[in-house]
Amino acid sequence: MKNIVKALLGSAAIAMMAAPASAATLDDVKAKGHVQCGVNTGLIGFSAPDDQGNWKGLDVDFCRAVAAAIFDDPEAVEFTPLSAKDRFTALQSGEVDVLSRNTTWTISRDTALGLNFAGVTYYDGQGFMINAKKLEGINSALQLSGAAVCVQAGTTTELNLADYFKANNMEYSPVVFEKFEEVNAAYDAGRCDVYTTDQSGLYAVRLNLTNPDDHIVLPEIISKEPLGPAVRHGDDQWFDIVKWVYYALVNAEELGISQANLEEKMNSDNPEVRRLLGTEEGTKLGTDLGLTNDFAVRAIKHVGNYGEIFERNVGADSPLKISRGINALWTKGGLQYGMPIR
Amino acid sequence: MATPQSTVEGAAPRVPLFYDPRVRGIAYQVLVFAGLVALIYWIIGNTTANLQRANIASGFDFLQGRAGFDIGDSLVEYSSDSTYGRALFVGFLNTLRVAIVGIITATIIGFIIGIGRLSKNWLINRICLVYVEVFRNIPPLLVIFFWYFGVLSVLPLPRESIDLPLGSYLNSRGLYFPRFLWGEGAWLVLVGLVLGIVFTFFVRRWAHRRQMATGEQFPVFWTSVALIGGLPLLAFLLTGLPLSFEFPELSTFNLRGGIQVRPEFLALYLALSFYTAAFIAEIVRAGVLGVSHGQSEAAQALGLRSGQSMRLVIIPQALRIIIPPLTSQYLNLTKNSSLAVAIGYPDLVATGGTTLNQTGQAIEVVAIWLVVYLGLSLGTAGLMNWYNARMALVER
Amino acid sequence: MQEHDLSFVRAEMVANQPPPVSDHGPVSWLRKNLFANVTDSIFTILGIALIVMIVPPIIQWAFIDAQWTGADRSVCATVVQGGTQPEGWSGACWAFVDAKFQQFMFGRYPMDERWRVYLTGFLFVALLTPLLIPSVPRKGLNAILLFVVFPIVGFFLLSGGAFGLRPVPTPLWGGLLVTLVLAYVGIAVSFPLGILLALGRRSQMPVVKLVCVVFIETIRGVPLITILFMASVMLPLFLPPGTSFDKLLRALVGVALFASAYMAEVIRGGLQAIPKGQYEGADALGLSFWKKMNLVVLPQAIKLVIPGIVNTFIGLFKDTSLVYIIGMFDLLGAVRQNFADANWASPQTPITGLVFAGFVFWLFCFGMSRYSIFMERRLDTGHKR
Repeated sequence: MKNIVKALLGSAAIAMMAAPASAATLDDVKAKGHVQCGVNTGLIGFSAPDDQGNWKGLDVDFCRAVAAAIFDDPEAVEFTPLSAKDRFTALQSGEVDVLSRNTTWTISRDTALGLNFAGVTYYDGQGFMINAKKLEGINSALQLSGAAVCVQAGTTTELNLADYFKANNMEYSPVVFEKFEEVNAAYDAGRCDVYTTDQSGLYAVRLNLTNPDDHIVLPEIISKEPLGPAVRHGDDQWFDIVKWVYYALVNAEELGISQANLEEKMNSDNPEVRRLLGTEEGTKLGTDLGLTNDFAVRAIKHVGNYGEIFERNVGADSPLKISRGINALWTKGGLQYGMPIR
Repeated sequence: MATPQSTVEGAAPRVPLFYDPRVRGIAYQVLVFAGLVALIYWIIGNTTANLQRANIASGFDFLQGRAGFDIGDSLVEYSSDSTYGRALFVGFLNTLRVAIVGIITATIIGFIIGIGRLSKNWLINRICLVYVEVFRNIPPLLVIFFWYFGVLSVLPLPRESIDLPLGSYLNSRGLYFPRFLWGEGAWLVLVGLVLGIVFTFFVRRWAHRRQMATGEQFPVFWTSVALIGGLPLLAFLLTGLPLSFEFPELSTFNLRGGIQVRPEFLALYLALSFYTAAFIAEIVRAGVLGVSHGQSEAAQALGLRSGQSMRLVIIPQALRIIIPPLTSQYLNLTKNSSLAVAIGYPDLVATGGTTLNQTGQAIEVVAIWLVVYLGLSLGTAGLMNWYNARMALVER
Repeated sequence: MQEHDLSFVRAEMVANQPPPVSDHGPVSWLRKNLFANVTDSIFTILGIALIVMIVPPIIQWAFIDAQWTGADRSVCATVVQGGTQPEGWSGACWAFVDAKFQQFMFGRYPMDERWRVYLTGFLFVALLTPLLIPSVPRKGLNAILLFVVFPIVGFFLLSGGAFGLRPVPTPLWGGLLVTLVLAYVGIAVSFPLGILLALGRRSQMPVVKLVCVVFIETIRGVPLITILFMASVMLPLFLPPGTSFDKLLRALVGVALFASAYMAEVIRGGLQAIPKGQYEGADALGLSFWKKMNLVVLPQAIKLVIPGIVNTFIGLFKDTSLVYIIGMFDLLGAVRQNFADANWASPQTPITGLVFAGFVFWLFCFGMSRYSIFMERRLDTGHKR
């Protein structure tokens, strides 16, 4: 009986184990029929499950765009919720194909951890939030000396915080938690005076507090946090796919191609539009990438262009109501710049 | 099948090698050994390949690197400029601190509840039973959360701190005590304390011998109190009260100065103490019940009062039964202190986790965890075994 | 002189009298059990004071002031906090538990597939109940059904992907479902594995013995969290590049290995208590090693340590809550995760959720410990003289 149980577990183990990923991630992805995407365990606006268990958010939609570009199906993606701690191991070990989990692009992550960042889907910066009702008269981070600061463990945020307070000769008492939800709960319970994380995160957190209106985000941004999707070293084709899906989305916004007017733009004479949508005669732009020539069409059709993704998840159409700011297109004074598709 | 002939004649019956238990034993062992070596070889091979792919350098050099993160609760000097090794050491000390304080408290509560479970008083008996049944059947992690959120939700913000006597305060940032600032000549007080303990030790030995020889008793307890309490006090008075206090004071955000006990520590410490106490209570009860009735009857017959018979007859014998399982409860408490990570108390697992995440040195950090906890376990087990050997029945 | 016989001999017996009032009835019970002497009385009064201090506020909080129904957080927050309750209100927010009950039970298991969970649960109860009632016959068949057939059926029912069932990947599982899956697999694996390890530790073969001792002592010496971390962070590193392991399976491996080390020590205690004569008797009968163990030694040894085994099961059940730390949403994890829901964020929600989770855990563990006491009494045959 014992043996049968063991054999059973063994077979279950094999059944649950995915096929080993070789260098060609695209082939593996096509073989298993979906993209495995690492996302945050629950950050509203970036990746969080809704009541029905559907993943929603900017990072999630990016993965859906990649899946749509490959399979013409935004549902051909499975999400692995990852904590800050296991996200890199998950990518390194091949558990996920893309890590789209509001991850900051840094040199050491590019080199020592062996990641390739495909672009910056959201330019962020670390900020502070306080309870303005309880701490009246504080309107700058420089007044925070002596405060208890809630922060998530093992993030660049934690390091930036230490550097910022040290550089400004201020003291603080760190209250560090492993999980995002725990940091929220502790801040809401009044365990600390200040909450620090990426500014986009602060807005998302604020929504979940007992009295959102009592809390203000201080103006200081103390770090650069370019957040973007990452893949692992060693597979340039897959890296290119993820990278160019992102640029295709940005280019689509630049060219004014949206979910709504896609059909109409398919007949456009504009050579740039035709190149992006793969309607040009004899184009090889998509097939050279390892996909079909209409990969951008597929992505836009199902998910929308970059601007639509932004507005839907974190911008004006979302509860977060974050303005485009530096995430606007370069033509509008922002930093989003689509590399030319030609 | 062996023919009758062969059994009669065969001085050494020929057993096929396959059925020889000795050969079989060796074969099994070789198989296990080979399998194990192959497994380890396979794991090491995979790990090196994976590490190379991920571009992670292995080795313990990272311990020298600058940590860059701060730790809220530290017994030793630590800042973000300290090394990762130092951060892990801070975590280790925090683990030790909560484990030691927790073990002491859990033992005290456990003994009280355990004795209460044996009480003839129905009410006390039931209260203790409810306590044991509630805490034994809830996961320790939940008990920790209860304390943490219970403590946090009840306590006020720093500006509305609860005033406690002796210049102490209680608020959602923790418990604040005045700090002792020792002045000139304070070392004499310490010397007084040490001398008091040494003298007590000798007085006890002398009194014990005298009682053995003559049967006369000596008030050892009160002498000890006088020696241990009196000598430091005398030194304190003679050196002219070299003590001042640093009281916690309210600043913009928190109380400043004094000693702060953070709520994370309080919650973890209380939770571990109360949780483990339920188990210790059951052990104590079983231990006392394990001493045979004849012993307490004999003690009564000798005219010992019930307190005396408990102290001199029952408890010493019960301890023999109690100590081995008590040891494993102490170890459990130490290991459960790793749940600190859930409420943000910077113990070894929490600081190690942060280090792991910043450096990516998963194998090294996990190895450090294993070595430290194994060391603590073996150390505690060794200490308790030594004590157990001392307490064991001495056959005369 | 004997004119009058003064001696009196009763011709008929007096009817039975009730015992004196001082020796029965509630008053005497009180005197005996609560106020036997001065110290006792003091303790009783202290005890009553303690109960008065603790119990009424709890009842007030959990029942009288509690909110049982409501659509969102407003019923559980005071006016200042943006709700409807008066200032200073404090009560359990059962409405939160009510609204999230499905999530606490199933996690994010798809709504229209939940009949599969119900069916699995029903099968489990239907197989477990007769196994637990001693008088029901055919225990062997029952055990095979529960521990061999049921896992296969349950595996396919829950995760799908065959027989036309929609696949439900494990990240969608959650709540009590995950807790029970972890506990069931942990128990089903750790028991046989523990027996093997215990036998290995008592083996005559030095290599086997050493391997078992090192395994058992290492696992028992470190906290479960580090084992779970190892399973979740390091297992991918140990396997060939690119092999990916289901997260739930990793936790299962960690929990099962951990429990089997403790189980091994419990069973070793039982093995040591079996007199040598039993081994020798079995040897004399010519039984092979496995027959000797299966037929003679283990049945006696396991009977001796049933309380220890059940305690290990209870410990394992409680330990499943730790998977929350490695980012899985078991019952406790599901409860904690829902604290973050903006619709229900209020000061009372966390405590209410924790009390609920604690109560569910308590029910299971208390049930197991009661059952173990029952079995212990039943099996306590032949050892008492």
